[in-house]
Amino acid sequence: MVGLSEYLIVAAALFSLGVIGLFLNRKNVIAILMCIELMLLAVNINLVAFSHFLNDISGQIFVFFVLTVAACEVAIGLAILVSFYRLRRSIEIEDINTLQG
Amino acid sequence: MLETAFFNLFAGLSIFAGLGVVLSRNTMHAVMFLIFCFFNAAGLFFLLDAEFLGIILILIYVGAVMVLFMFAIMMLEVNVSKMRDNFLQYLPLGGMIAVILMIEFVAASTTGVFTEGAKATAEHLAMDVNNTKEIGQVLYTKYLLGFEIAAIILLVALVGAIVLTIRGRKDAKYQNISKQVNVRREDRVRKVSM
Amino acid sequence: MEVTALNTTELLAIPALPLLAALLVGLFGWALKEKLSHIITSGSVILSALLSIHIFTQVLAGASFEGNFWTWMVAGDFVVPVGMMIDRLTVIMMITVTIVSACVHIYTIGYMHGDPGYSRFFSYISAFTFSMLVLVMGNNFFTLFFGWEAVGLFSYLLIGFWYKRESANYAAMKAFIVNRIGDFGFLVGVLGVWYFFGSVEYTVVFAKVPELFAQHASLSFMGWEFSAITFICLALFIGAMGKSGQVPLHVWLPDSMEGPTPISALIHAATMVTAGVFMVARLSPMFEFSEVALATVVVVGAITAWMCATIGLVQNDIKRVIAYSTCSQLGYMFVACGVSAYSAGIFHLMTHAYFKALLFLAAGSVIHAVLAQQDIRKMGQLRKYMPITYITMLLAALALSGIPPFAGFFSKDLIIEATMMREFTEYGWVGSFASFALLTGVFMTAFYTFRMFFMTFHNSDRVEPETKAHLHESPKVITIPLIVLALGAVFSGMWGVMYLDIANPEIAKGFFGTSLFVLDAHNPLMKLAEHGEHGMFHFLLGMPFWLAVGGISLAYVMYFRETAMPAKFAKAAGPVYTFLLNKWYWDEFYDKYVVAPVRCLGTFLWKSGDLAMIDKGVIHRGIVDSIKDGAARMRALQTGMVFHYAFAMVIGVFGFLTYLLLNG
Repeated sequence: MVGLSEYLIVAAALFSLGVIGLFLNRKNVIAILMCIELMLLAVNINLVAFSHFLNDISGQIFVFFVLTVAACEVAIGLAILVSFYRLRRSIEIEDINTLQG
Repeated sequence: MLETAFFNLFAGLSIFAGLGVVLSRNTMHAVMFLIFCFFNAAGLFFLLDAEFLGIILILIYVGAVMVLFMFAIMMLEVNVSKMRDNFLQYLPLGGMIAVILMIEFVAASTTGVFTEGAKATAEHLAMDVNNTKEIGQVLYTKYLLGFEIAAIILLVALVGAIVLTIRGRKDAKYQNISKQVNVRREDRVRKVSM
Repeated sequence: MEVTALNTTELLAIPALPLLAALLVGLFGWALKEKLSHIITSGSVILSALLSIHIFTQVLAGASFEGNFWTWMVAGDFVVPVGMMIDRLTVIMMITVTIVSACVHIYTIGYMHGDPGYSRFFSYISAFTFSMLVLVMGNNFFTLFFGWEAVGLFSYLLIGFWYKRESANYAAMKAFIVNRIGDFGFLVGVLGVWYFFGSVEYTVVFAKVPELFAQHASLSFMGWEFSAITFICLALFIGAMGKSGQVPLHVWLPDSMEGPTPISALIHAATMVTAGVFMVARLSPMFEFSEVALATVVVVGAITAWMCATIGLVQNDIKRVIAYSTCSQLGYMFVACGVSAYSAGIFHLMTHAYFKALLFLAAGSVIHAVLAQQDIRKMGQLRKYMPITYITMLLAALALSGIPPFAGFFSKDLIIEATMMREFTEYGWVGSFASFALLTGVFMTAFYTFRMFFMTFHNSDRVEPETKAHLHESPKVITIPLIVLALGAVFSGMWGVMYLDIANPEIAKGFFGTSLFVLDAHNPLMKLAEHGEHGMFHFLLGMPFWLAVGGISLAYVMYFRETAMPAKFAKAAGPVYTFLLNKWYWDEFYDKYVVAPVRCLGTFLWKSGDLAMIDKGVIHRGIVDSIKDGAARMRALQTGMVFHYAFAMVIGVFGFLTYLLLNG
C-alpha cells in the first residue's frame, strides 16, 4: 500500500527537477518562474500528504495560503516582465541589471 | 491495489511532466508540460482525500495561472534559441546537486524521521466526511485572520499588476508635467533671420 | 450635611480635564488662535478647580475614596495599579493646586501675551497641573513616582521655555540633573518599599509598617546596618530634598527663575516644590516609626531654612530673593514634618502656596511694567504707578513675615512652637538646634521680604529714564488673579485655624482625621496644648511675632529712612557680605568638586573609548571602518542571479537534511 514516504519521494523528485531547471534556464525568466511553480507544487504535495497521514486539516489550509501567494507572485512577476519587455524589448536576465551597483 | 496503481500512474506522469518542463526547448511546450504536471498532482491530491484542493489546483492553476503564462509568452517576442545558449553548461553541476538533494530526500523520507506518528497507510475517510466543509470550518474560524490577509494580498496583487501594465491611450491628450518642466529654450524658440 | 459617596467620574475628571486641554492645545496649538488656546486650557483648569472644591466640601462632610481604576503593569508578583486615595490630606492639596493653577492660567493670558510660544506655554502648564494632581491623588507609590517625574519634566520644559536663551537652557538642565540625583534616591525608596512590603499601595504598606517595625527588619548597606524603615524613609527623603530644594540639592531652585514668572509662581513656589513636604506627610505612618529619618528631616529642613534666609538677605534680583525665601520656607515645612507636626507643615504649605504665588505674580507684574528689569536696585517708588500690585504685594509680604492676622502667621507660629515642644529621645540637640534656626530665620525672613518690598516700591526712584514712560498698572487679567490670591494670603490662615480646625492637637479629631498618623509620644501639638493657652492675643507673648516686627523695623530703617546705611553695612561686614552674595559658594563648590571631575571622566571616556577604540581603533582602522569594509565584501554576495540564490538555498536544505539524518 502507499505510505507517506512514497508521496514524499514524489515531491522530492519534483523539487529536485525544479532546482535543476533553475540551473539550466538561467536566462529565461519565464522558465525560472515555472521552475519555482514546480518547487511550490512539490511543497504542496508534501503538505497535503502530511495533512492526510497525520490527520490534521491545518496542512491543507497552508496549501491554500501557498496557492494564494504563488498566484500573486505569478501575476506580479509576469506584469513586471511585460512592462520590462516594453522598455527593453528583451526579457533576458542579463539585461535586467539596472539596479546592480 | 487499484490505489497503488493510480498512485504509480500519477506519480510517474507528474515526474515525466516535470522533466518535460525543465528540458523542453520551446517555452510553450514547457507550459503545456507544467499543466500536465498539475493535473497529475491534482490526481495525487484526490488519492489523499483532498478533493477541494485538487479541484482548486486545476481551477486556479490550470485555469488561471497557466493561462496567464501563455498570454505572457504569446505577447512577448521571445528569442528562444538565444536563450538556450550554453543550455547544458551547468547541467553537470545542477544535475549533481539535484541528485545529491534527491538522495538526501529519499534517505530522509525512508528512514522514518518524518513518518513518526503518521498512519502507516492511507486510510480513507468515510463518504460522509466532506473535505470542503472541513476546510471551511477551520479556515473561517481559526485561520480567519490569515484568510483576510490573503484576500488583501490578492487585491494588492491585482491592483499592482494593472498599475504595472496599464498604458494610456495613444490618442488621448495628457499633460506631461516633467516634460513641461524640463523644457529648454532651444526647444521652443527658433531664431530666424529677417 | 449627609455623607455621600464620591463620584468617581468627577474624581477622574479633575486630572483628566487639564490633560485633555494640554493635549488639544499642545498638538493643535499651531492651528488655534491665542484666544482659543487660553480659553481651552484656563477653562478646563477652572472647571477642575470647581470640581475640586466640590469634592473638598464632600470630604469635609465625611466622605472619602480609596480604590483602583485599572492596572498599570504586572510582572509576576509586582503589580502596579492606577488608583486614587481621596482623603482630607489629598483634598487640601487638590484645592491648593487647582486654585493657584487657575489663577496662574488667567495671569498668564496677560503676562505671555504676544509670545511666539503662547499655546505651547499653556499646554505645558495644563499638563503640569495634570501631573501634580496625579501626584497628590494617587493611591500608591508608583502613581506618586509618575507624578513626581512628570512634574519634573514639565518644570524642565518650562524653565527652558525661552530656549533661545542660553542661560535658560543651562538652568533647565541644572534643574533636571540635580533633580535626577534626588529622583534616584526616590526610586530606590520605592523599590525598597516593594521589596519589604510586597506591595506599592499605601493602604497595604501602612498596615504592615508596625509589624515590620516590631520585627526589626534591617538591611546592611555599605557596612552600615539600617533598619528597613529608616532606609526607605531616608531614600525617599533624598527625593524630597531634590524636588523641594533642600540643602545640598537646593542649587537648582534659584536658577530656575530663568523661566517665565508664572512658572516661578506655580511650579517653583506653590506646587511642585512642595511635593516633598506632601510626600513626607502622606507617608507619615512610615516616618513616624523611624526616629533617625525624622531627625534627618528636621536637621536638613532647619539648615535650609536658616541658610537660604541668610542668602536672601543680600540678593538683588527680585525673583531670586523670593526664590531663596521659598527654599527657606520649605525648610520650615520640613522641620514641621520632622517634629511630627505634619498638620502644621501642610497648613504652612497651603498658606505659603497662596502668599508666595502672590508674591511671585506681583513681582512678575512689576517686572512686566519695568520692561523685564529684575534688579531691585533699578526700581523704587513704583507704588505711585501700580497701586494694586503695591497693595497685594504688601499683603503677601506681611503674610510671609508672619504678622497676624495674615495667613503666614498662623502656620509659621504653629511650626515654631511645635518645634520648641518636640523632644527627640536619642538626638536631644536636634530640637534646640531647629528652634534656634527657625527663630533667627523669622527675623531674617521679615527683613529680606521688606528689604525687597521697600526697594521696589519706596526708597529713591532709580528707574531708568527710558523705562519710565512705560510704567503703568498691569491689565485686569493680571490684577484679578493677584486680588484672588491676596484673599487667600489674608484669610487662608484664619480659615484654617478657625473653620477647618487644622491646628487641633489631637490630629484624629481635627481637620486631618485619619489621613495623618502621629504616635502619641511624638505629638508636639498635644504637649503644646497641655503647656500653654492658645488665646486670641496669645501671639503678643510669642517670640516669633516680636522677631518678625524687629525684622520689618530694621528693613524700614535701612531701606526707607536711612538709605545710605546698607552700603556702609555691607562695607563693614566685608567678607561675610561677599560670602552671602555668592550664595555660600555652593555653585563654585559643585563646579570644582562635582562637575569638573565628571567632565574629566567624560572626556577620558570619549577619547579612550569613542575616538580610540571605535573610530580609529585597535582592530584594523577601528570598529567603524571594519564594519564598513565587511559590508562592502558581503555586498558581492548579492549577485541578482536567481540560480545563485537557489544554490544557496539548496546548500541550506542540504545541511539541514544532513543534520536531521545524523541526529534524527
